[in-house]
Amino acid sequence: MSEPIIEIDGVSKRFVKSLDLAERTARLLGASVRQLTVNAVDGVDLSIRKGEVMGLVGESGCGKSTLGRIVAGLYAPSAGAIRFRGRDVAALKGKDAKEAALKVQMVFQDPMSSLNPRLRVDQIIGEAPRVHGLAGRGEIDAYVEAALQRVGLDPAMRKRYPHQFSGGQRARIGIARALAVQPDFIVCDESVAALDVSIQAQILNLFMDLREELDLTYLFISHDLGVVEHISDRVAIMYLGRVVELGASEEIFASPNHPYTQALLAEIPTFEAKKKTYSVIKGEIPSPIDPPSGCHFHPRCPHAFARCRTERPALKETAPNRYSACHLNDAS
Amino acid sequence: MTALLSIEDLKTHFFTRDGVVKAVDGVSFSLMRGQILGLVGESGSGKSVTGFSLLGLVDPPGRIVDGSIRFDGEDLVKGGEPMLRTLRGKRIAMIFQDPMMTLNPVLRIDTQMIETVLAHENVSRAEALKRARDALVMVGISSPDERMQSYPHQFSGGMRQRVAIAIAMLHKPDLIIADEPTTALDVTIQAQILAEMQKLCAETGTALIWITHDLAIVSGLADRLAVMYAGRVVEEGETARVIERPLHPYTKGLIASVPQGKTRGARLQQISGMPPSLRSLPKGCAFRPRCARADEACLEEPALEEKLHGRKARCFHPWSLDEAADARRQAPSRDGMAETAT
Repeated sequence: MSEPIIEIDGVSKRFVKSLDLAERTARLLGASVRQLTVNAVDGVDLSIRKGEVMGLVGESGCGKSTLGRIVAGLYAPSAGAIRFRGRDVAALKGKDAKEAALKVQMVFQDPMSSLNPRLRVDQIIGEAPRVHGLAGRGEIDAYVEAALQRVGLDPAMRKRYPHQFSGGQRARIGIARALAVQPDFIVCDESVAALDVSIQAQILNLFMDLREELDLTYLFISHDLGVVEHISDRVAIMYLGRVVELGASEEIFASPNHPYTQALLAEIPTFEAKKKTYSVIKGEIPSPIDPPSGCHFHPRCPHAFARCRTERPALKETAPNRYSACHLNDAS
Repeated sequence: MTALLSIEDLKTHFFTRDGVVKAVDGVSFSLMRGQILGLVGESGSGKSVTGFSLLGLVDPPGRIVDGSIRFDGEDLVKGGEPMLRTLRGKRIAMIFQDPMMTLNPVLRIDTQMIETVLAHENVSRAEALKRARDALVMVGISSPDERMQSYPHQFSGGMRQRVAIAIAMLHKPDLIIADEPTTALDVTIQAQILAEMQKLCAETGTALIWITHDLAIVSGLADRLAVMYAGRVVEEGETARVIERPLHPYTKGLIASVPQGKTRGARLQQISGMPPSLRSLPKGCAFRPRCARADEACLEEPALEEKLHGRKARCFHPWSLDEAADARRQAPSRDGMAETAT
């Protein structure tokens, strides 16, 4: 087992909507106005080993994208720390901080809104390596060409604008841009969600080829369980800001432990040549502004008992390298 | 039994400044009462425009240039707007991808639902309100009286889609066209909607056209599948048999490129290239440039023909024809019986 490249240590992220003047005045006069706090990420511990693909799964609003952005350094955590190669990223200064920031890159969901529409492709890909001195003024053209070729794009297209490309090609440009600064770690936030199935297969294959070629580690965020099962070595399942289950991909998909994971996996439209009766999980995802007490899943959980309402279950090892946050594991 | 809906050689073209976009170019299929058809294709394949054409919802510069849509014996293309007005919402309903497209954001749910009932039936408001309430109960909305007083923005995405389904079901239509209604929803909510639709169709005998890009969803839902590519149906048949033994190379490629547990660690079989632009389709078979089996014969346009009993494909070199024929020879009676029964 190789050493961890990224360690997420007790990370939380709170978004606070502070009160404006009118609301503060109203509160002074006795109105029940209060500050809204969203606990988008709530005490997550996760360690990602070098060379693996960690899948991060959850439904909308579970905080998976926020966690990805914290890892990529786009948000600062409200509590906890991100350690890159054993060193706390927030504590680094100067050259080390820049180095750590460059080594973790992100590939976004919608390439159209993450690529500047007014820049040509060679500018989009070439800007960062030029600024960071990875390629000199004379070498930048060759550098961009190599970057385009690596993701399967024709270097002849480097003078075009993003809108002149198809969705699949734009996804490739987004990947080329992330790879241009020679990162070790890539956060893929729903990077294939917007693509058609046949194009999605091409991009997933590209991700796997690049991982071999450049020795990359991925944090692969997706709501598509089929994609995650296909690509990940390990999977973390999130529900309302917390990781509820973690383990090797084939083990989790074969025998999920947490009731939420069980429900989630049962709901995947499986690819079968026979008619299936869809079962129904009760209710909807509660609002993260006012999450349920104790275990967040208890109002929808078929096995919930008294303790689930009051006490937050810890993420505990249930089998070697399998973790689950559920009180049921203590009971049995 | 005659078909509820039968589409013959439907062509919907868009006349843009840059040329004619043949979004739908010769689509034919038919649908029995109570049957569920999965209309599958990638973006730009013309699946949504096919759905819109059925209800006459294609806006200029697009129009239906050729073909016929026969619904319960009447030709909707010839009948035009007056006939469509009497059918829309009453006998043919549509559910859109984004429920905010169906719902008016400034009207309460009850107002919108009563309006829909009164548009086609001469009943009292109280009666209409009761019907609306029953429809909401049917799609599994709890405390309907309270919810009816709300505005669309007060609902979550899944709830809104349920309301859209309830509105579609108000008149117990003969046919519902659902255009990717679960794409924007989470997995658990998607399963709830699928379960709901499955139940409703079984209870009311409503036929359903489910338009989607996700083969996995329709593989568990639809009776028949029609796979579209570049404005044409390239394969049609019973769902289980299409998934098990696809005939058209595109269908086969599409199925193989769906990532799942089985494909872990292996490379996905990808279809090379990308879908062609509808303005400049390649000569002959539209899939030819991406197809491994293509040869000179494919420079001619293949027709959608019956390749196997009850299975059509638009291809000169279909896959698994021999295997499938062998399998059929081994168990001819059971298959044959099922075919004639439907």
